[in-house]
Amino acid sequence: MNPITLYHSILGKKIIMAVTGSFMLLFLLLHVGGNLKVFLPDPQPGMADINVYARFLRTMGEPLLPYGFALWGVRIILIVSVLLHITCAIQLAHRNARARPVKYKHAAYRETSYPARWMLISGLLMLCYIILHLAQFTFGWINPAAFNTPDVFGDLSRAFHRPFYIVIYLGAMGLLGLHLFHGAWSLFQTLGLDNPDRNRGLRLLAMVISIGLPATFALVPLSFAVGALGPAIPEATSAAMTGGN
Amino acid sequence: MKFTLEIWRQDGPGHIGDFAHYEIADVSPDMSFLEMMDVLNEQISEADQVPVAFDSDCREGICGMCSMVINGSPHGPIPGTTTCQLYMRHFSDGETITIEPWRSAAFPVLKDLIVDRSAFDRVLQAGGYVTVHSGPKPDPNSVPIDPHVSEEALDAASCIGCGACVAACPNGAAMLYTAAKVSHLSLMPQGQPERESRVLNMVHQMEAEDFGACGNHAECQAHCPKGISINFIGMMNREYRRALSAPKDRRGHMDSQ
Ligand code: HEM
Ligand code: FES
Repeated sequence: MNPITLYHSILGKKIIMAVTGSFMLLFLLLHVGGNLKVFLPDPQPGMADINVYARFLRTMGEPLLPYGFALWGVRIILIVSVLLHITCAIQLAHRNARARPVKYKHAAYRETSYPARWMLISGLLMLCYIILHLAQFTFGWINPAAFNTPDVFGDLSRAFHRPFYIVIYLGAMGLLGLHLFHGAWSLFQTLGLDNPDRNRGLRLLAMVISIGLPATFALVPLSFAVGALGPAIPEATSAAMTGGN
Repeated sequence: MKFTLEIWRQDGPGHIGDFAHYEIADVSPDMSFLEMMDVLNEQISEADQVPVAFDSDCREGICGMCSMVINGSPHGPIPGTTTCQLYMRHFSDGETITIEPWRSAAFPVLKDLIVDRSAFDRVLQAGGYVTVHSGPKPDPNSVPIDPHVSEEALDAASCIGCGACVAACPNGAAMLYTAAKVSHLSLMPQGQPERESRVLNMVHQMEAEDFGACGNHAECQAHCPKGISINFIGMMNREYRRALSAPKDRRGHMDSQ
């Protein structure tokens, strides 16, 4: 299957969206698993399990692969996926707008859902969130003084004791749930993998993913917020604990 | 019964249209929607005005001409019917009824409620055929087929090409129509020789027209007067993927080194 042919066709663009969407979804399923490590006890005193995990992500595959290689491999797949997904989303949205130049006075929808009709909106808002999220925890652009790569636990603790970030993160998880309520089923139909034998199962799967995945993500900010994971860790402690980088 | 009608009036393609208001009284509940429109047009003609242009032909739900969006629904509020099979008893006395044409860039308005659906014809011409031999007629049932598969093909073949799927789709996509035509032939043994070229050519023609892209909203299936399932859209997506990855060079030379 020639990728250029695919990109030049509408059905092809939808296939690209479904495949890149699935990559992002698979990544999020791994990501949420990693996040749950904040709830595990420290393997050694003063060393949070999530920090050990963050280190592992960079040393994964060593000595076969150089430091950070596997992590960058995954990052490149994700960056390409996000770019293709958004490009196709915007191009298709533009085409759809042209396909109905005069709108109905009041379209009487029977089967579609609000999440399905708001895919572009939930997607674009998620994009804003993804930028904020990377700026905050990956690049440390937000509040750089406090940012300390190896102390993921400390960074999380400081962020999620502030109502502003709690609200943003919970809101973003709501958007993810909306996007996946339609998307996690739609991708099967786009790829021609749904049929009447499977439809109920696939709809159920999408429902479970769209509630379960964002809810599990939300456990982390919520637990910090209610103080279940201790008080906010001051920056100084954080730096001392990890001895810088 | 009496009704207030808000009807889209437009002089021709490219003209700016608008809603006109009409009052109609003494409507029998047993009139079909089109009969009510006929009575309205007589009333309009008697007042020396231009009657509302609308399409109809068979008036028995099989030709697919009676394209009207009634209160925001293609073919009106009752699922599984065409406009001509809709009766005034389905509406409540005194109701305001909004009547619009199919709204799609691919179906330009010719006048009032009449649209030009030749985009559908071009999609069909691109691949909606099978090759048959012109010799003696084969024996009936000489081509074996699983009866479940032939029933499935008949479900797809029940498409009357009315265009309600495009009109109902939030994106103005023509996926259900194209999928029904592709599937109905590709499911049958007689349709196998063109199986790959059919889906590629029909999809590419569909994409060359001003239709939108499928968002899997399933509004098409919900408004199709024949209740054609979006299962056929999945089937077409599958056929398209299969055709794209089919070998292009079937008879080329291969080397071992
Ligand atoms: C980053 C910004 C994003 C934008 C602008 C965006 C936009 C969209 C839009 C507009 C659609 C509907 C496509 C259509 O029906 O034609 C869609 C579908 C989808 N999106 Fe996203 N999205 C984004 C992020 C994500 C993320 C993070 C995920 C993964 C969790 C995701 C997963 C999906 C899936 C699985 C589909 C279904 C594909 C299909 O209909 O076959 N999207 N996206
Ligand atoms: S007029 Fe033929 S289907 Fe309605």
